[in-house]
Amino acid sequence: MKRREFLKISGALGAAGVMPGLLGGCTSQPLPGTGKVTTTPTVCNICFWQCAGTMYQEDGKPWKVVGHPDDPHCRGRLCTRGTGGIGSYEDPDRLRQPLLRVEGADGQEFKPVSWDEAFDFIARRMEAIGERHGRDRLALFSHGGGGKFFRTMLQAFGSDAYAHPSFAQCRGPRETGFGLTYGEGVGSPDRTDMSHSRCIVLIGSHIGENLHNSQVQTLTEAIGRGVNLITVDPRFSVPASKSRHWLAIKPGTDMALLLAWMNVLINEERYDKDYVANHCSGFDELAAHVQPFNPEWAYLETGIEPQRIRETARAMAAAAPATLIHPGRHTTWYGDDTQRSRAIAILNALLGSWGRPGGYYYQEKVKLPKFPAPKPPKPASDWKAVVQKDFPLVSTGISNVMVDASIGDDAFFKGWFVYATNLPMTLPAGHDKMEQAAQSLDLMVVVDTMPAEITGYADVVLPECTYLERYDQLRNKAERTPTLALRMPAFEPRYDSKPAWWMAKGIAGKLGLGEYFPYQDYKEVLDWQLKQVGSSLAEMEKVGVKAFPRKTPVYMEEGKPVQFNTPSGKIELYSGLLEEVGQDPLPKYTPPDRPPEGYYHLNYGRSPAHTFGRTINNPQLFELMPENAVWVHPAAAAVHGVASGDYVHLENPDGKRSQAIRVRVTQRIRPDSIFMVHGFGHTDPRQRLAYGVGADDAALMHNVKIDPVMGGTGLRASFVTLKKTSEAS
Amino acid sequence: MTTYAMVIDTITCIGCGDCVVACKTENKVPEGLNRDWVVEATSGEYPNLHTEFRSERCNHCSHATCVYACPTGASHYWKDTNIVLVAAEKCTGCKACIAACPYDARLIMRPEGYIDKCTFCHHRVDDGLDPACVASCPTHCMHFGMLDNPDSIVSRLLRERRHKALLPETGNEPNVYYLL
Amino acid sequence: MIEEVLVTARHNPKIDPSLGIWTWEISVYLFLGGMTAGIMLFAAWAMLTRKQEVLAFAHDRFALWAPIALSLGMTTLFLDLEHKLYVWRFYTSFEPTSPMSWGAWILVLVYPVMILQTLSTLRRGYPTLAGWLERIPVGGWVMDLSENWRRTIAALAIPLAVGLGIYTGVLLSALSARPFWSSGALGPLFLVSGMSTAAVIPVMVSRLKGERHFFETTDVGLIFLEVVLVSIFLISLATGAAYHLEALDLVMGGPFTEAFWLWFVVPGLLVPMVLAFLGLRGYRSFGLLASVLVLYGGFMLRYLMVEIGQVSTWTDYAVQFDPQLLERLTQ
Ligand SMILES: Nc1nc2c(c(=O)[nH]1)N[C@H]1C(S)=C(S)[C@@H](COP(=O)(O)OP(=O)(O)OC[C@H]3O[C@@H](n4cnc5c(=O)[nH]c(N)nc54)[C@H](O)[C@@H]3O)O[C@H]1N2
Ligand SMILES: Nc1nc2c(c(=O)[nH]1)N[C@H]1C(S)=C(S)[C@@H](COP(=O)(O)OP(=O)(O)OC[C@H]3O[C@@H](n4cnc5c(=O)[nH]c(N)nc54)[C@H](O)[C@@H]3O)O[C@H]1N2
Ligand code: SF4
Ligand code: SF4
Ligand code: SF4
Ligand code: SF4
Ligand code: SF4
Ligand SMILES: [Mo]
Repeated sequence: MKRREFLKISGALGAAGVMPGLLGGCTSQPLPGTGKVTTTPTVCNICFWQCAGTMYQEDGKPWKVVGHPDDPHCRGRLCTRGTGGIGSYEDPDRLRQPLLRVEGADGQEFKPVSWDEAFDFIARRMEAIGERHGRDRLALFSHGGGGKFFRTMLQAFGSDAYAHPSFAQCRGPRETGFGLTYGEGVGSPDRTDMSHSRCIVLIGSHIGENLHNSQVQTLTEAIGRGVNLITVDPRFSVPASKSRHWLAIKPGTDMALLLAWMNVLINEERYDKDYVANHCSGFDELAAHVQPFNPEWAYLETGIEPQRIRETARAMAAAAPATLIHPGRHTTWYGDDTQRSRAIAILNALLGSWGRPGGYYYQEKVKLPKFPAPKPPKPASDWKAVVQKDFPLVSTGISNVMVDASIGDDAFFKGWFVYATNLPMTLPAGHDKMEQAAQSLDLMVVVDTMPAEITGYADVVLPECTYLERYDQLRNKAERTPTLALRMPAFEPRYDSKPAWWMAKGIAGKLGLGEYFPYQDYKEVLDWQLKQVGSSLAEMEKVGVKAFPRKTPVYMEEGKPVQFNTPSGKIELYSGLLEEVGQDPLPKYTPPDRPPEGYYHLNYGRSPAHTFGRTINNPQLFELMPENAVWVHPAAAAVHGVASGDYVHLENPDGKRSQAIRVRVTQRIRPDSIFMVHGFGHTDPRQRLAYGVGADDAALMHNVKIDPVMGGTGLRASFVTLKKTSEAS
Repeated sequence: MTTYAMVIDTITCIGCGDCVVACKTENKVPEGLNRDWVVEATSGEYPNLHTEFRSERCNHCSHATCVYACPTGASHYWKDTNIVLVAAEKCTGCKACIAACPYDARLIMRPEGYIDKCTFCHHRVDDGLDPACVASCPTHCMHFGMLDNPDSIVSRLLRERRHKALLPETGNEPNVYYLL
Repeated sequence: MIEEVLVTARHNPKIDPSLGIWTWEISVYLFLGGMTAGIMLFAAWAMLTRKQEVLAFAHDRFALWAPIALSLGMTTLFLDLEHKLYVWRFYTSFEPTSPMSWGAWILVLVYPVMILQTLSTLRRGYPTLAGWLERIPVGGWVMDLSENWRRTIAALAIPLAVGLGIYTGVLLSALSARPFWSSGALGPLFLVSGMSTAAVIPVMVSRLKGERHFFETTDVGLIFLEVVLVSIFLISLATGAAYHLEALDLVMGGPFTEAFWLWFVVPGLLVPMVLAFLGLRGYRSFGLLASVLVLYGGFMLRYLMVEIGQVSTWTDYAVQFDPQLLERLTQ
């Protein structure tokens, strides 16, 4: 029964009374699809899964975007966010023209400038940095395909430093942990063969809320088949609700569970002996190592009954090798993350699932030649040896480490290009870091589609057109079937926005480095590349997606020896490389910090309606989910005297407070944790829908655990308490 | 009379809301209005919980109280089927149908003022296509078809699987089913 | 414990979070429609019983109030329509299952009878008006006609008025989707309440003490009947299914309890019943106050019925998001 207050009704009555008596009277809207319909192939860019789709227009107006039936990333269906992708094109708050930071009457302000002016300014500053500090002192932060063009431009200039937040804030531990074990990472799209799994173990991964498209499709397909799903999560996540076993683990204690599972598999001799004998090294060391970690020990750490640990371990063994211990994706949690990912990798090896149906399959991509262009000069220094010397096993940029190396007068980096990553909300306590970096840097160029928070720190803001308005690199991702997909413009770029390739080429031109972009239009590159593999731009503009024959096997060939890309050529259960750099060669358990009295683990994750903070202002997706709520267990709610619908501020032990956030009291969360969806709590008023709504988890992170192996930021060790407020968002 | 039904598998539905966005784009539903929506129902106490997700919309009732309440015939059954539509050019906006729908499945079209609702995408059904929500659902948990045909996917699923409809006690004879 | 919550932010205006499709326009219409029915009934009764001396106001002047009240009511009804230009669509079909269609057609029948009824009283009750009408070509002729057929018209008016009075209640009670309305008592209740609100008009404006007394007595009886019908209404909910019990809860401890009892039953029924009774004992000012309260009570009944009925529902999902945020989309 609705509990509407009587007084509110009287209020509504008053309002209804003054509402104009609109006559209305227009006839009904025509049925969809009765006008002139045109279609264009596209590749979704609302997240990084890059599903191929088709953009429909009716009578010249955007209509809908749907998945491409031949695309293995999406299998004909886009996810919620992809379906709402048109909103990113239509968003009236988009960046409209290049902006330059200038001294105005009331302090600094952004002045709209021409592209030429913007490029001039950037090129002059870059050259000044080159002269004063060296040409190697520019860094690129990028999370998206267009970053590649800026990379080419910066390499041509003499700077090679480059980081995606999708490493040090996301997949880094997993790629490192699996890399150390199998000699290669899991990759993206994740090479998980859930279509054939009989048992799937999700450790934290909340696929279903995490909407990576074919992950969702293969998982739910497996659920429909009755797969034995085991979910380890302190929260009753969507997949937990579909699981035969939900292990409501004490946050941060997964390593104890993983060690106990290994203990059971080894001591009960349920591991795949042939597989281990044929493909693995270091089994004896592992077996000895896990002896103390029996389920009774793990129970004290994890809160999961020994019986359930045994039962689930046996279920995994029974279904092996079609058992997938899912590697997770966002794995930067508690600082021991590479080691936890190693433990997951090892567990998979014990079950023999790597390279086997239902476990991890082998992917292949199309061999696409590079468009002929000059080789860039060798940079003046090896920036990694300077900046990332503490993390010798890491071969890519570690965004947080690079940011730290940009703060202070003697900092290594003096200029930044930031492409499609909103660092203030992406890095823990990112606003504070950006504040400091902005003080030290001589140049910060931000390329974005939206007035995201990062643009507020920039010297120059370059507005990119959205994915629906541009050609981009061909999508060529390793998959089950090698496939190419084309993103092409469905619309003319709105306002004065431009594609990344055009900007990078323009800046290179100003720097006298035009030869590195030996084309007038990126279409030339696409057509040339496609012709090398027997297609053409014209063909792809028609078909959108094209599959190519596969040359290598999808699974290990049984009985054949396999050479892994590790020092021993085997799956390294015991890692000599880790030992060499002074790290634990076998994963160890470190108990996590526990929240102080009255505080809760700050848990966060995804909502199917949004991609991080980038879609909050998308009108179609804002409409689906306009704010994030904080999940509170009824026991905790009682302690703080809050009920569903109340607003609270979250406060960390350092006294840092969030914006007001709505409470949702629910049984779906452990009493010692709170949960919120990441991406809300925008602070830039230029995003009119998203501004001031909900809370930002990143801003509350006070206890960031740096992973000693890969340098990333463990984001799950922070605590918050609830402060009631009358303020709504 | 032909009976079309939608059968939605709560075992695989993840509550992602793609069906809602797909409906809005396909049918150009104005901002702030919804023909479908997703409900999450959680029962039990931590840690013994059950959560069900349900994508809901007009049930295209075989006994459609909205149609019966309509004074002008604007609310009607489409072409001898159970698909309930509103003929905008007959609709006065009296809202009797809204009051008569126990599922609150109707809405007032903006800015025109006539009543709108889920149409089961009859324009697509006419072309032999699934409704837009069904065709977009990434988990393939939604199914659409004719109940009269025993070989249709919906008939088969209802024969083979445990299921429920919402509020059968209204007597409206709803035709959206949920597999359990 | 069960938590049923909307995952997607559904906020269809006037439908979410609970129905708000009908507001004051409909309450006013139901109030005036009921009053119209009462007026027609009392006027017809006075004509049929030839009480032009004792009930002079009711016999000669009351009938004119009916088309005025009903026209006002139909104006607010029109204001309520969302697709106003299509109002004529009420009259391109008759839908037997739709009480609203019945209502629309009842109005078509009621209007001419009501007008004829009025015309039959004009020469005596409103000579100036009659004088004007005389000057229009057929004016005198129709007045003659309706005077000649006065009692037949009155006899016709009675079933139509009862139909009109009951239909306003049936309209709501036929909507089984709103458990609070699901009671057969609503039709009779609205009819009796309509008669009661009509009866107080002569109490207030008639110059004849006898007529006032007659209507005061009648009204005490009608209010008493209304109290009985309200009780039956509540009892019928109390003996219903779970949804009806939940609906009943709205006024028995729920959010509308105060409104229902303290704003309607007490000042709109009980107090005027006592006051009217005292009025009968010769305290004229009490009688007048009672009349005002009856009008208030009659309106409150419609207003609360419309409001509470819309809040009662079969489906009730908790809302996760602040719907006001969605207003940003249209700003
Ligand atoms: N809709 C949508 N989908 C997305 C994205 C998006 O923005 N929106 N982003 C994409 C990206 S880039 C990534 S990396 C992935 C991330 O998606 P996942 O890899 O699935 O993310 P995780 O952070 O591993 O998982 C979050 C879950 O971990 C649980 N958790 C919290 N603490 C612990 C713990 O101590 N132990 C265990 N076992 N579980 C814990 C949380 O309760 C939550 O359910 O999602 C992708 N998919
Ligand atoms: N606190 C906290 N921090 C996290 C996470 C978390 O869950 N919580 N998740 C982590 C994970 S898994 C990841 S992968 C990262 C993701 O971190 P980011 O990649 O930084 O994610 P977004 O916040 O979506 O920022 C993307 C930016 O790109 C812009 N953009 C969108 N489309 C385009 C385009 O076509 N062109 C250009 N030029 N710009 C575009 C958007 O407007 C937005 O400003 O965050 C990590 N950080
Ligand atoms: S998973 Fe969804 S948002 Fe990501 S690319 Fe695919 S359709 Fe777009
Ligand atoms: S799209 Fe499918 S999985 Fe998603 S909420 Fe709708 S019915 Fe459920
Ligand atoms: S669900 Fe409501 S709108 Fe749909 S047919 Fe049934 S009664 Fe009518
Ligand atoms: S609002 Fe329109 S469709 Fe609904 S009952 Fe009235 S006339 Fe019929
Ligand atoms: S059937 Fe069509 S109209 Fe109905 S909810 Fe699905 S997409 Fe919307
Ligand atoms: Mo990520």
